[in-house]
Parts: sequence; C-alpha cells; structure tokens
Amino acid sequence: MDLVLIWFVLIAVLWTGYLVLEGFDFGVGMLLPLLGRDRGPGSAPAVPGQRSTSTEDRRRTLLTTIGPHWDGNEVWLLTAGGATFAAFPHWYATMFSGMYLPLLLLLVTLILRNMGLEYRHKRTDATWVRRWDVAIVGGSVIAPFVVGVALTNLVVGMPMSEHFSGETAYTEFSGSVLDLFTPVTLLGGLALTALCLTHGAHFVALKTRGPLRQESRTLARVAGAVAAALSLVLLLALGADRGTVASWVAAGVAVVALVVSIAANTKGAERLAFAGTSTTIAMVVVGYFLMLSPNAINGRDGGPALTLEAAASSSLTLTIMTWAAVVFTPIMLGYTVWSYWIFRRRLSVDHMSRTDTRTEEMVG
Amino acid sequence: MDVLELARWQFAITTVYHFFFVPVTIGLSAIVAWYHSRWIRTRNEEHLRMAKFLGKLFTINFALGLVTGIVQEFQFGMNWSTYSRFVGDIFGAPLALEALLAFFLESTFLGLWIFGWGRIPERLHAATMWIVHIGTVLSAYFILAANSFMQNPVGYRINPETGRAEMADFLAMLTSPVQLAAFPHVITACYMVGGAFVMAVGVHKLRTVGADAKGGALADRRMYRHAARLGAVVTLVAGLGVVISGDVQGKVMTEVQPMKMAAAEALYETPPEGECAPFSVLTVAGLGGEDPTHVIEIPCLLSYLGTGSWDGQVQGMVELENEYRASFGDGELTRADTYIPPIAMTYWNFRLMMGAGFFAMAVGAWVLWATRKDRVPMQRWVGPLMVLAPIATILGHSFGWIFTEIGRQPWVVFGEMATHTAVSPSVGSTDVWISMGVFTLLYGALAVVEVRLLLEYIRRGAEPFEEPRLVTDDEPLAFTY
Repeated sequence: MDLVLIWFVLIAVLWTGYLVLEGFDFGVGMLLPLLGRDRGPGSAPAVPGQRSTSTEDRRRTLLTTIGPHWDGNEVWLLTAGGATFAAFPHWYATMFSGMYLPLLLLLVTLILRNMGLEYRHKRTDATWVRRWDVAIVGGSVIAPFVVGVALTNLVVGMPMSEHFSGETAYTEFSGSVLDLFTPVTLLGGLALTALCLTHGAHFVALKTRGPLRQESRTLARVAGAVAAALSLVLLLALGADRGTVASWVAAGVAVVALVVSIAANTKGAERLAFAGTSTTIAMVVVGYFLMLSPNAINGRDGGPALTLEAAASSSLTLTIMTWAAVVFTPIMLGYTVWSYWIFRRRLSVDHMSRTDTRTEEMVG
Repeated sequence: MDVLELARWQFAITTVYHFFFVPVTIGLSAIVAWYHSRWIRTRNEEHLRMAKFLGKLFTINFALGLVTGIVQEFQFGMNWSTYSRFVGDIFGAPLALEALLAFFLESTFLGLWIFGWGRIPERLHAATMWIVHIGTVLSAYFILAANSFMQNPVGYRINPETGRAEMADFLAMLTSPVQLAAFPHVITACYMVGGAFVMAVGVHKLRTVGADAKGGALADRRMYRHAARLGAVVTLVAGLGVVISGDVQGKVMTEVQPMKMAAAEALYETPPEGECAPFSVLTVAGLGGEDPTHVIEIPCLLSYLGTGSWDGQVQGMVELENEYRASFGDGELTRADTYIPPIAMTYWNFRLMMGAGFFAMAVGAWVLWATRKDRVPMQRWVGPLMVLAPIATILGHSFGWIFTEIGRQPWVVFGEMATHTAVSPSVGSTDVWISMGVFTLLYGALAVVEVRLLLEYIRRGAEPFEEPRLVTDDEPLAFTY
C-alpha cells in the first residue's frame, strides 16, 4: 500500500476516533436538558427560581461520566487537523479556507462548550450554572451538526476551480458559503447529530446506575429510531450519486449495526448497544472516505476535484509521519485505554460529592 | 483594511491572547507537580493543600489555553491557505506531532489528575501532573520548531515541479540553531511566569493572613510564605536562564536574521571598519535615522550582544537592504517595497520585553528580602506590585513574540515567501472581519470571566487538609463535576 493511501486511511481513522469518542460527549451534552430534569414528587426547589438539588445532581452525574475523558477525546479532532496539514497540505488549505464560516461556527461552539465543561462546576450560583449549561447543550448540538455538514460537503462535492501557482495547477474553493448548505449536506448534519445523541444515551446507560440508566435507555430507543431513519436516507442519497460496491457494504454494515444496537438497548445489553452505535459511526466515516477516494474533496457538478495525489505531501514527510504514528499511536492508545479503565465504574447521583463548598452555597 | 491586514491582525490577536495562558500552564504545572510530589515525600500537609489550591487555579487557566489553541491550529488553513500549501510538507509535521505526542498526553493525564483523587495510587497520581508538564513542554518544542522554520528555514528544498517547499532533513529542522536558542529562552520565560504567579498569590495570601496570625492561621502563614518564597526563587533562577538564553539567541539572530537585530537597535549605518556598535538604552526622537536620536548608549554592548566580541561587526539596515535587494530582487517579493521591518515596533518591543523581565526579577529578589525571618510585607504598595509582577512576565512574553514576528517581516518564511503572498485567495475581507470580530469579542468576554474566577478562587484560598484515601464503590467521590 502506498504512503498516500496509508495516510488517507489514517485520517479516516482519526475522524472515526473523534466521532466515536467525542460523539458520546456530544450526546451526553444534548442529554443534559432531557435527562437532567427532576421528575420525582416532593423535590421542589428549596429556593424559588433555583433548580432542585435532584436536577442539579443528575446533571452533575451526567457530566462526570465524561469528565475525565472529553478533553482527550477532542484531541482526536486536533490530530485529524494536524495530520491533514502534514500529509495533505492542499486538502487542509482548501477545506479550511473554503469552509471558512462554518469552521468559525464550529470553533466558537467548541470553545464555549469546553469552557462550559471546565467552568460550570467552578461556582454554584444558579445564573452561572444555567449560562454554562446553555453553552454545553448548544455546543453539543451545533458542533456535530457542523461537522456532519462539512464532511458531507467533501463527499457531495464542493464548487472548485483550477488555479495556478507558478506552473503547478491546484484546485481552490470557488463557491460561496451558501453553496455549502444543500438539502443533502443539511441531512448529513442532522443524521450525525441524531447518531451522537443515540450514542450518548447508550454511553450514559453504560456508565450510570439507578433512574438515569433506565431513563437513558428509554430515550435511546426514540433517538435510535430517528437516527436510523435519517442515516438510511442520507446513505441512500449519497450512495445513489457516489456509491461504490465497498461504500454500499460499509453503509449496509452501518445500518445493520444501528438496528442491532437499538435491539440490544431494548433488551438491556448495554455494552452491545454502545458497541453498535460505535460501529455505525465508524462505518459512516468509512463509507464517506470510500466515496471520496481517490479524491480528497470531490468536485461539484462535474467541476474539478482535489485528488489525493495532488493534495499529498512528499514521500519523505509521509515516511517520517508514518514512523511517528507507528511508534507513538500505540502509546497514546495505551494510556487512553488505561484512563477509561481507571474511571470504569458506574456512577449514580449518590456519588456526587457533598463535602465541598457547593452544597453550602446552594442552600445559603 | 484588506484581507492581508485583517488576517495579520487576527493572527496577532489570537496568538498573543493564546500566549497569555500558555506560559502560566507550563510554569504552573511544574510547581503544582512539585508540591504534590513534595507532599508524598515529606507528608507535610501544607504541601498537599498548596498542590490542590494551585491545581485549581491551574485548571481555570488551562481551559482557556486549550480552547484558544484550537483556533491557532485551524487558522493557518482558514486565513493563510497559500502559506499552508507552500510549506505544509514541512510545517504540518511538527503540528501533527504536537497533537499526537503532546496534546493527548496533557489532556488525558490532566483528566487523570483532576478526577484521580482516591482512585489512583498516590505516587502514580503525583506522576500524572508531571506528565502533564512534560506534555506542555513537548508541545512548546514542536510549535517553536514550526516557528523557527519561519524565522530561519533549514532542512528543506524547493521542488521546481510543484513550486513548494519540501522536507529534506527533518532532524535539521527540529534542531536548527534558531530553535535550539528559542526553546530554552521561551521555556525559562514560562517558568518565570509560573514563578511570578505563585509568588504573587503567596504574598497576597500571606498579607491576608497577616503578621500576627495565631492558632490555625499559623500553618496558613507558613504555607503561603513558602509559596511566596518558592515563587520568588523560581522567578529569579528562571530569569537568569532567560537572560543567558536570550544572549545566545541574540547572537544566533545576528547571524541568521541580521535585519531583525539591526531593526531592534534602529541601527541604520554599519559602523565603520574597526568600530564597535553601541547598544541604545533609550531613544527620544523619531526612529527615522535622520539625526542621532539615541540618548543613552552603552558603548560596544551591541557588538557584544550580537557577536560575542566587544569589537564585533554588526551590520546596519541600509547595507542589509542593499544586500537583500541584490539577492531577492528589487522589491518584487514585498508589497511594502522594502526589506526593513517596522522599526518602532521592533525597537520598542525589544526593550519592553527586557524591561518587563528585569522588573519581575527585581520584584522576586525584593520578595525574598521582604519575607526573610518570618516577616510579612504589609505596605500598601505591595498589593499593586504583586498584581504587576506576574502581568509583567506575561506581557514580556507578548512583547518578545511581537518583536520576533514583526522583525521577520516582510517575510512569512524568511527568504522564501513574502507575507502578502501567503493569504487565502478564496477568503474575502467580510469573512475575516466576521471572524476577527467574533474572536475578539469572545476572547474579551472569556478573559473577564477567567480573571474574575481566578480572583475568586485566590480569595477563597487553600482548603483545609483532608487525608486522601482510596474511596469505595458506594461513597461519594473525592472529585466530581
């Protein structure tokens, strides 16, 4: 296998890692208002206008399930960006300058969401917590949507034209921001958001005890049905246009895995359910990359595409990067797995600490 | 403003802002790790309390350093796509390695440190913060290597077929003379920031506890006094490292970027053969070069700083401009039609950088003196001084960065690519206006939030000692969101 292809595969792996891992972070963020609501009798807030302690504890439990991990999960995106820059500079340059405003939106939502996750628990006053909740929930909905739109654009094709740098031709985005939002790219955004929600609900079912676990399973059923419908339409729409035998296989596996996952969730097989949505997300990425190959960005309406060959770095750079990846990726995976192992226990609202200043200020 | 100017402003704003938080992260992580390990060795309760207290301040700061870093990585592609195409083969590799080797390490192990109380064996737990620190230093190495390539491109060749720069020798790029000089300079300056921060917090809390503390407050006083003095020592020792590494860097700069050194000194004419170059401490009139404007000069010092010899030859800007025109063409590459960078910016940022550093070192020395033999400096002006000292170290970084980046102009990659050719052709000025506006507002708001939060946590101070122990499955966790 030549180096260009290896790096194309590795970038697909990085996107898979990002969307599988941060995918459930996004899902947990979206679940905050859905699961983080007290339904029990007799638990009205002590102070009018304040949230009840139970609501707050539920939200804290949800956030604590991803607490030690979300930051590391996000690095997959940064690595995907950096690896694209190193291995396919033209891809990085064309994609990021071409999708300027959507990328801006993604960066702003990621910033606000991260700040929310880091700062929400630093103070206890209700306004502070509520504002950061908005940032977390908003970011968790918008970020996967924008990523879905962006990746779908690569597959359906972006309007591009040829330019010359000296004697070398390269393709450059030549549309406007409105060209990036078509029915099918919007569908891509919606499908990914719904998948992340389902994936997140499966993760919460796997990581919690008590009512949270039950409620997230119930919710996962609804979310899973929506995600399955959206994904099916999306993959059919993209496949009709760009499908290859291999991409149809990947799309098929994605849909089957999702159906298995929904069934497993209903039966209470939480690990299988989580593995199922992980597989679905991975297979969607695989399908996307199969529909891209041998291009890095497809052209729209018969316009020029950016081919992988033209986008790639020199073989020396690719060789160095390959060795770095061979040596360091196992180490990185090793400690990532270790950190998930350390924090493997299920959490319940009873695990939330009470000894800190939080509770006093809540009452006072 | 056109796209070029907007993109440059945006890069300056986001980079300088990002770099307010990075040095605190690098310097403070080492001190938190040190306190945590000290506690395991000495079982001194105050050390654990300080580790946790400073650790909280660390996480508040880390959050902003991280989110502003995401923008940094993406804006090369957003605003500077021609640049990214031209040097991606070389410039992308350290960025990718930074993510793979450093970001994962920092993020994963910081998660382990924050949530690991009562879950990880204590030695391993203390090690996680050291690993976070190693991650931050590695990250700095890679990003500086990428920047050093822009200052002094080595280990590459231009491929005539593709018209872009390609990697020829990765190791040479990672270990270029500029990189080997810049890395220790930046890292020691980061320790200086961490030291000054801990010193300032320590002195402030020491004054709050007061000189006449009794009972339990005595332990607090001992603890904060220790932090104040530790911070002061770190500031001084690191400051010494900054001076030494800065001296080395000056010589490398004179060698590979003589124009930057000349601009930093507003040195127009090369001194006649056999005469040394003076260092100007202060200039009052304009920096136009028409009149003798340097009012305070130290004879021959520039020669020494630039070459290591008191009578070394330092080239002036006029001579260098002629040389560059001869080798790079007559202004063809540059929009401004000159190879001389903006002189006032380089001249003053160079001096502000050094002034800020020396000021912080002086404060560090004073704190050691003022806290000797259990003394507590209660004078009214000490409060503002403790606010100024860490800010000075952070601004010193910013001045240094502005100096080194402005001094590189009109090049984005020295000798290879002019800045004005590097912008994204497909991006209009409206787009850049929008993003610059959004980032400026967002960054401004976040800065206010962070500073207020930091002050609140500093005011609360270290929490009482609590014996750490492994928690069982059913009891509340030591740390939750």
